[in-house]
Amino acid sequence: MAFEPTLLARVEKPNSPRLEGYRADGGYAAFERVLKDKQPLDVVTQVKDSGLRGRGGAGFPTGLKWTFLPKDHPGPIYLCINADESEPCTYNNRILMEKDPHQVLEGIMLSCYAIKSPVAYFYIRYEYGTAFRTLQAAIDELYDAKLLGKNINGTNFSLDIYLHRGAGAYICGEETGLIESLEGKRAWPRIKPPFPAIEGAFRKPTIVNNVETMACVTQILRRGNDWFKSLGVPPDPKNPRDAGSYGPKLYTIAGHVNEPKCVELPMGVTCRDLVEKHGGGVWKGRKAKTVNPGGLSMGFLDCNAPLKGEDGKTEYDIPLDFNGPGRVGCLGLGTAAVTVVDDQTSMVDVLHNVCQFFSHESCGQCTPCREGTGWMLKILERMRRGKGRKDDLDVLVDVADRIGIIPGTTICGLSDGAGWPVKTAIRKFRAEFEAAIEAKTASKYAKLQMVGAH
Amino acid sequence: MAVLGPEIREKIRAYLPRYPRKQAVTLPALHLVHDEYRTVSNEAIVEIAEILELHPSEVHDTMTFYEFFKHDGDQLGKARLWVCRGLACMLRGAYELIDHCEAKLGVKCGERTADGKITLEFAECIGACDGAPACLKNDEHVMNVTAEKADQLFSELRR
Repeated sequence: MAFEPTLLARVEKPNSPRLEGYRADGGYAAFERVLKDKQPLDVVTQVKDSGLRGRGGAGFPTGLKWTFLPKDHPGPIYLCINADESEPCTYNNRILMEKDPHQVLEGIMLSCYAIKSPVAYFYIRYEYGTAFRTLQAAIDELYDAKLLGKNINGTNFSLDIYLHRGAGAYICGEETGLIESLEGKRAWPRIKPPFPAIEGAFRKPTIVNNVETMACVTQILRRGNDWFKSLGVPPDPKNPRDAGSYGPKLYTIAGHVNEPKCVELPMGVTCRDLVEKHGGGVWKGRKAKTVNPGGLSMGFLDCNAPLKGEDGKTEYDIPLDFNGPGRVGCLGLGTAAVTVVDDQTSMVDVLHNVCQFFSHESCGQCTPCREGTGWMLKILERMRRGKGRKDDLDVLVDVADRIGIIPGTTICGLSDGAGWPVKTAIRKFRAEFEAAIEAKTASKYAKLQMVGAH
Repeated sequence: MAVLGPEIREKIRAYLPRYPRKQAVTLPALHLVHDEYRTVSNEAIVEIAEILELHPSEVHDTMTFYEFFKHDGDQLGKARLWVCRGLACMLRGAYELIDHCEAKLGVKCGERTADGKITLEFAECIGACDGAPACLKNDEHVMNVTAEKADQLFSELRR
């Protein structure tokens, strides 16, 4: 049976962002039912039992996160929505916000009811101007319909949702960076603990959730846990810490494919199927060399490297669930943004681009990240000019191994994400890098300088 | 003589009830001022700080962190055109597109054209990878930008 999209079910409809159409499709019925018949704790329990894991990148169980809030807190408790979607090659949240904002907003309303939050701050990156205006129009419709504001539907529940625009900084997607930015400060991530659930925005208990996670909450409350758990991958019985990969997932496909697009599939589609069946295959009749399976921070897989213990399969065949990318040395599923690089492209150019991004976006707070990302870029720049040295590759891997929260040298995970693509690319494509250093030829992009701008 | 007009001040104040602390209005205020005046001057920083009951250095600290706002001595063009240089766009011609834009406009990224109409910028991934290479026209995505499409954009923005 063909899979029917749920999260994207409405995106092709005319006027899909409007309240009228959303209500005609059954929208806000779940919210009104919950408001009438359920206690906040019932909603927390249902979301926890659904197995929903956050869609922003780390995959932390959503309902469990909610239970970390202090009990009987005098308030206020805040919900922050992380719509800073800046992980390179990721755009699934944008599609939801532009095409079906009410599905996201209903999830926010349900979540605020569950965690007893009277205010949601919806932090949206500046670059999403269309999504910003679409959401503001949708929020205005909700105030007009009295679904937001004081005493909604005659209950004691009141809620305001405020959009807050960023200003072009990747670090604002880190949840405590986001909170600092919201508060009007530089977006330097905080040392944890305390986690935001204990002390977050304005020093109050705060939950930070992703946009797609909110759309999932809407669908879980509408369709139930049996539906949610009928999709995806159950926990690995051999791994007692695995919470499973349930539900539908939005995958974005980008780079060297014939049809870059956002598709919804049950969790666990293989990378190969995603690219070949849903992305129209690799462009220009070429072959895939490498794929970045979940945003740049997750690293690279080698499409030609055999997959251990699975005859005839390669790293290209890994399932894109929360565990799959980890089997081939990648950091995780991340944002499920899949970027394909064809076999005609130089890994030196690819890795230079990656290092350029992280060096530009390191917030500068922790020395290993600020200096490490800067030096990795300098080495890649040299390599791109055809002046690479023999020991450069070892230096790069050494730096990449030492920056981040995993080695314990930084406050946030930005530099784990900066290191992972470097070490996976060099470990998996070492021969190509060595040949490039040996050949001493400059990249076609070597003279392009983009420094000093904004 | 104040540099911020009464309307802008009113718009900034309208944000105050949304947050438990005035400092949270820093980014909204910076955006309002930057959009209107195409720069955030030192005087504007002092006046924003007065409204938000902050020290000017606090506003300045936040503002410069983002490297997004043009400040004293620099000015945005009438339009701001960002060319994405993220990996997905690079793989589909973004670097060639940046080269083309710089040559055609006669400026480097970060600079304003002589007629004051366009400020050219590079951007890190703008989340428009399904239309790579992509640009941001002020804050709106323009997808699948070829050299010809870029030239059309220039004339549109210069009108």
